[in-house]
Amino acid sequence: MATARLKDLHKEACRVVIVGAGPAGTRCAEALVAAGIRPILLDENRRDGGQIYRRQPEGFSRDYATLYGSEADKARALHQTFDRLRGQIDYRPDTLVWGLTPGQLCCVSQGSHSTVEYDALILCTGATDRIMPIEGWQLAGIYSLGGAQIALKAQAVSIGRRVVFLGSGPLLYLVASQYLKAGAKIAAVLDTSPLRRRIAALPNLLARPGVLFAGIKLLAQLQRAKVPVHFGVEPQRILGDASSGVCGVHVRTAAGDDLQVECDALALGYHLRPETQLADLAGCRMRFHQVSQQWLLDTDEQGRTSVKGVYASGDSTRIRGADAAEHAGRLTAMALLQDMRQPVSSEALALHRRALAVMEQFSQGLYQAFPWPAAQAGALPDEAIVCRCEMISAGELRAAVSEKGASEVNRAKAFSRVGMGRCQGRYCSQAGAEVIAAAAGVDVELVGRQRGQAPVKPLSMLTEELKPGEEVAL
Amino acid sequence: MGAASAFFLRQHGRSVVLLERDVIGQYASGVNFGNVRRQGRFLGQLELANHSFALWKRLPQLIDDDLEFITSGHMRVCYREDEIAELEAYAATPEARELDLRIYSGRELHTRFPFLGPEVKGGSYAPHDGHANPRLAAPAFARAARRAGAIVEERCEVTSVEKVGGQFRVTTSNGREYRAEQVLITAGAWGEKLSAQFGEPVPLITKGPQMSVTEPVPYVLKTVIGVYTKMPEEELYFRQIPRGNIIIGGCSHTKPDMLNRRAHFDPRSLLKQLQQMRRLVPDMTNLNIIRTWSGIESYLPDSLPIMGPSGKVEGLYYAFGFSGHGFQLGPGVGDVMAELMSTGGTNTSIAPFGIGRFADYTEQQRRAS
Repeated sequence: MATARLKDLHKEACRVVIVGAGPAGTRCAEALVAAGIRPILLDENRRDGGQIYRRQPEGFSRDYATLYGSEADKARALHQTFDRLRGQIDYRPDTLVWGLTPGQLCCVSQGSHSTVEYDALILCTGATDRIMPIEGWQLAGIYSLGGAQIALKAQAVSIGRRVVFLGSGPLLYLVASQYLKAGAKIAAVLDTSPLRRRIAALPNLLARPGVLFAGIKLLAQLQRAKVPVHFGVEPQRILGDASSGVCGVHVRTAAGDDLQVECDALALGYHLRPETQLADLAGCRMRFHQVSQQWLLDTDEQGRTSVKGVYASGDSTRIRGADAAEHAGRLTAMALLQDMRQPVSSEALALHRRALAVMEQFSQGLYQAFPWPAAQAGALPDEAIVCRCEMISAGELRAAVSEKGASEVNRAKAFSRVGMGRCQGRYCSQAGAEVIAAAAGVDVELVGRQRGQAPVKPLSMLTEELKPGEEVAL
Repeated sequence: MGAASAFFLRQHGRSVVLLERDVIGQYASGVNFGNVRRQGRFLGQLELANHSFALWKRLPQLIDDDLEFITSGHMRVCYREDEIAELEAYAATPEARELDLRIYSGRELHTRFPFLGPEVKGGSYAPHDGHANPRLAAPAFARAARRAGAIVEERCEVTSVEKVGGQFRVTTSNGREYRAEQVLITAGAWGEKLSAQFGEPVPLITKGPQMSVTEPVPYVLKTVIGVYTKMPEEELYFRQIPRGNIIIGGCSHTKPDMLNRRAHFDPRSLLKQLQQMRRLVPDMTNLNIIRTWSGIESYLPDSLPIMGPSGKVEGLYYAFGFSGHGFQLGPGVGDVMAELMSTGGTNTSIAPFGIGRFADYTEQQRRAS
């Protein structure tokens, strides 16, 4: 296999491919260019920046302060770096890597298929929302937090006129305050995490006092604007019907009271989950991460996976946020250079490691403060939909466990279809695993994880292979 | 094969232990296309296939489970005029009479199946053939076997099978030992390893089928379509399920990773399938493929299975190597093997599938070692 010979390759001849042009991918490319390597950078989006520093489409011209708020300087710095790099990297936007074999990526861009050979592959594929279902979440008007943020950032539209934010995690408050700033009416912010959790997490959260303070400020802004913010709620169900969509949400408050909030849109999310499908298809080992209660890529601290020549960086390995992704991207570039027997600065190495250690501690604090509400899965009524793509209910999934003896995720998928639809389990398999674990009466780690299958995202049947010499006009 | 055999052996009142190294139906039975097709089979296998078909129709009563079996019809199409004559010759054989095959060509073909592309020249329509859900089948048989009193052990790997005195001794990697008067080897791609332990190696090779599925769309393509051709890259088949998804298979195989027991779908296989789909059904274009998969199947050089008693050891039986077309046969094989093992004979012809046909190979292997 081509990837096993990294150290024998001259850096000019080594085909390095980075997937993802967010903070990790950009900083990784920057460090590789500085070392004399010209990487290929594939990105699914039309413009660089990733999710947090998503660049607005051409023709939109809101300024950095409006778009990125407190993160404006970081966004500008990253974009400027990227613009400087453009001539020194082989940048291919609007290119989805949908599958791979050792040494070769399968890509699709504007309906045309092409393959990209690699000696080293660096996956900076980021993260998506981590979702816990609630009865009624299949109704029109329910978005993930990340989706709500993209609507605002990329298209300058709100998901509704009266929006509820439900879930837990820093993104809940960030997106809510971004909506507030954009002039949207926020009906309520409903956090499943009780306040005491945040207090207990303070020692870890103080690892990054600036970020902690910024978070507290977001909450204060919401409260100043008289947005009802409730901690420690237990979600009951989303109200509405199939024809007119969501009209409200019913939760139980920390005090045990019933609370109904009217709304015409709801953003839902519980922190993030890494996008690991390509690494999974490459055969990289995963391990169960107790703190966040999910399966993560098994990498060393610089992003080396268990497969030689395959690296992963940023939120695709573990959720530590955009700042950490910049450090991780640089560290992963250094890992590749080290594996190629190229010199790296030990000072820089130490600096980025130290920075990451601080962010790791902070991230542990976040998991303490905003825990994944695993128990909600066990309490879901049988009628609640778990898999929105295939419209499979918790009851149907439980029957796969109790009647058909499936106590492992892939078995339960085969029998019930949970995780078998368009999203390929990206949005339902973690909650599905919790439902299975609760029904089987075992720890969620024991029910395993859903294996990845190509295509990573739905692939049009019109996709045709590029003939040699054909180029895609971008 | 193992799960169905265990079920039918219980119907004969036999005491049964079913040992499975991983989980039931994981490698070939659970990942195949799901064709319940008889037409196009080796003529000497049609009696067994017909027997199996009769069981398929009775399965909900027999095993009290729904395997999503639908007699939707099966259409075997070709791209060349001279292949129509071959389809006609097959349909005209006495063995195929029960299939009620009807050959279509020209204008009639395209009126009856208007979605087929202009390159399609003819086809053989089998009204009673159909499809079922392979993910559900083998586990459902295993559950029925268990309900009927069989002992079913999953994640229990057989390490050796020996005959000591008049009894077989089967040991497993978790340290268990089972004794029995008869042993049936239904280990699919691993069947040869066990038959070789008894001096009956066979030239078995493994292949990973390539399967993909679209997002759901309105249910309109009720007939299973498969291409009859001698060009492997043209070998495409598809079916739509009532939920709306279209399942596509064929065009290529991969080599499974037998060490890690994983078969990977090669993403390039999908491009070949899409290319052939555009040729077969040009209007079915603007859909998305949402998932692909593979599995581990075993093939023999003559594309026929190994089925029947051992040629060397009394009490030992085989049913493996179904060469990519075992799904339809499953219930029939289970029933026939149970009959054979319980009564010493069967009325269904299985003579062409005897392991003895590879006796020369056994001799070669013996000399080589």
